[in-house]
Amino acid sequence: MTYILRNGRVVDPANGRDAVLDVEVRDGVIARIGANLEAPAGATVLDVPAGCIVTPGLIDMHVHLREPGQEHKETVASGVAAAVAGGFTAVACMPNTSPVNDSAAVTRYIVDKAAAAGLARVYPIGAASVGSKGEQMAEIGELKAAGCVAVSDDGHPIRTALLMRRVLEYAGMLDVLVIDHCEDPTLKGDGVVHEGAVASELGLRGIPGEAEELWIERDITLAGLTKTPVHVAHLSTAGSLRAVRAGKARGIAVTCEVTPHHFVMTDEALRGYDTNTKMNPPLRPQADVDALVEGLADGSVDVIATDHAPHHADEKALSYDQAPFGITGLETAVPLTFDRLVHTGRIDLARMVELLSVNPARILKVPGGSLTEGAPADITVLAPDLAVTIRAASQKSLSKNMPFEGWTLKGGVAATIVGGRLVYRNPAVDGLEGWPTAPVQ
Amino acid sequence: MSGPTPVTALSGRHLLGISDLTPREITLVLDTADAMREVGERQIKKVPALRGRTIVNLFFEPSTRTRTSFEIAEKRLSADTLNLAVSTSSVVKGETLLDTVSNIEAMQPDMLVVRHASSGACEQLARHCRSRIVNAGDGLHEHPTQALLDAYTIRQHKGRLDGLQVAIVGDLLHSRVLRSNLLLLRKMGATVRVAAPRPLVPVGIEAMGAIPCRTIEEALEGADVVMMLRIQLERMQNNFFPSLREYFTLFGLTSERLALAKPDAIVMHPGPMNRGVEIASDVADGPRAVILEQVANGVAVRMAVLYLLGGSDE
Repeated sequence: MTYILRNGRVVDPANGRDAVLDVEVRDGVIARIGANLEAPAGATVLDVPAGCIVTPGLIDMHVHLREPGQEHKETVASGVAAAVAGGFTAVACMPNTSPVNDSAAVTRYIVDKAAAAGLARVYPIGAASVGSKGEQMAEIGELKAAGCVAVSDDGHPIRTALLMRRVLEYAGMLDVLVIDHCEDPTLKGDGVVHEGAVASELGLRGIPGEAEELWIERDITLAGLTKTPVHVAHLSTAGSLRAVRAGKARGIAVTCEVTPHHFVMTDEALRGYDTNTKMNPPLRPQADVDALVEGLADGSVDVIATDHAPHHADEKALSYDQAPFGITGLETAVPLTFDRLVHTGRIDLARMVELLSVNPARILKVPGGSLTEGAPADITVLAPDLAVTIRAASQKSLSKNMPFEGWTLKGGVAATIVGGRLVYRNPAVDGLEGWPTAPVQ
Repeated sequence: MSGPTPVTALSGRHLLGISDLTPREITLVLDTADAMREVGERQIKKVPALRGRTIVNLFFEPSTRTRTSFEIAEKRLSADTLNLAVSTSSVVKGETLLDTVSNIEAMQPDMLVVRHASSGACEQLARHCRSRIVNAGDGLHEHPTQALLDAYTIRQHKGRLDGLQVAIVGDLLHSRVLRSNLLLLRKMGATVRVAAPRPLVPVGIEAMGAIPCRTIEEALEGADVVMMLRIQLERMQNNFFPSLREYFTLFGLTSERLALAKPDAIVMHPGPMNRGVEIASDVADGPRAVILEQVANGVAVRMAVLYLLGGSDE
């Protein structure tokens, strides 16, 4: 099947494009990009709504899909439905399922579920250690062969410096990325929120930002020792960013990601004890938020990732210190990024695409990140001026734990195309009426 | 010209924390407690103020003195009371806090007096419950009736709260009594100096209006009121300080140290006390200690709170 996305503003920083162009998709592949393309015989023409932007498909390199084992929170199918509704054509899912994804069997199970769902691409991330227990290295070669693109003990840091060294060396040998959840567990203790004046006032146990910073310094040092890249998951403090910048300046291959909730909310949101503000790392004070926004703008931060962490309503209905950490994020990332970073002038559209597509593809070494002729047609159509009111009830994720209910934001997703298939079409966007109803081949 | 309209009721439906109360409302509670105290001195210690009302004392965390104090207060106001010691194991079994309380609410109580080990539990319940909620201590957050009874006791002895120098010494980090007292005393115009081993000082305590001191001596200097906080013995295992012996050496209230305070300073403790850890026995039993008065005043203050919250129809 052939179709042309007509007259969209194509923002494709990897190819240096930012212009109103046509994109021809043939048999799931980007066939041609150019101005005023003549439609081949039999091709469908899909007019891109005025003001909408055609970008390489967005890639979320940090999500939790909960299957196998916690299907009451999310399944692979519901997770990828949320992903495409959020504009993501691909997601990388962390291994803290039950059982942990530390074997080819679990990896293949996830890959099969993703294939059956047939929406976003799913790249499993394997455990760095067996059971993510921080003791014995997982069979990283087998995990890679089964489809894992990275290893991490996310949910926990890779526990000892020696194991981290070995994982970096071994995974580096196999060209598998190592992602670490940076947090000194002893310094975290039984903390549940950022350690600071708000926590003290509310009587909630604190986690100092230094628990994260210490660990990042450790990982950067070990990345230098092993000459192997390390990726810092969900970086959240100004000190952490300073450490990453210093590492990069020393020539160490360190990359990092920041979540939307960390660049839009501060620990002031804890007032009221809404457990949907409980996440790990915790919400930080304004100075950290400002530093993260600066890092997103100046290139120090490589990626926006959601750390989409679905939890069932019953679990989030527990008291604050007993409720689990984590919020959903796949369906709010684009509106939050547009509203708080692009429309405020902190970053431009090309930078947004770098953070949400180009860099995650590059760091994970997966396809995508550009609209290159001959590449699979993974495309996101963004509606930068769309007024979006966040409503949990209308989200595709099985769990609804997020603190943005009722927020009205400017900017959203119009459509998502994976391998040439339209897998999501936003009914709220005018001008898509002539497009096929998603998902279609 | 007339003065400000007197406050005659609390503006909120619940008492979740001192942070909810204005200075005028605090004064109203203390003034009302004066009248309630008089009830306790009668031969027949009962008034019909809450007759026909049902109050459930819902304690998710063990407590003898606070629960007893509330129960006596409720009975003196003629409320029908029920004590429920809810094991936190119900939560472990998967029942949420809200489910537990919804079951109790189905029996139509008017008020719930709630103690819970988690900070914010009362606030979370208040968002969903029909009943009025009185916080009887939530985690490390607040213990408002304790602060009110402390304020009542201070006012009884000093005649005022405004302008007083109050020293609070002990485990500041884990103390809901500290938080509520700090909020209340600052709202009422007192100065609060605090002292503790550094690991037991909450980060940002200055933002709550406290003046942190490096030593107990610095905190006690010229104080009108000395409030000691309990040290939980298990804190020692967590390396907050090296030993109880050293704690007493550095931060224990002895009569020598008490001499740094004003000659008429009073000594308070929310109890239960660890003699020889945070306070020397001779000080605890000495003429300046008002510790048992605090307990006695607790009933009157809790009667005042329950009356002001539950004594009128919505």
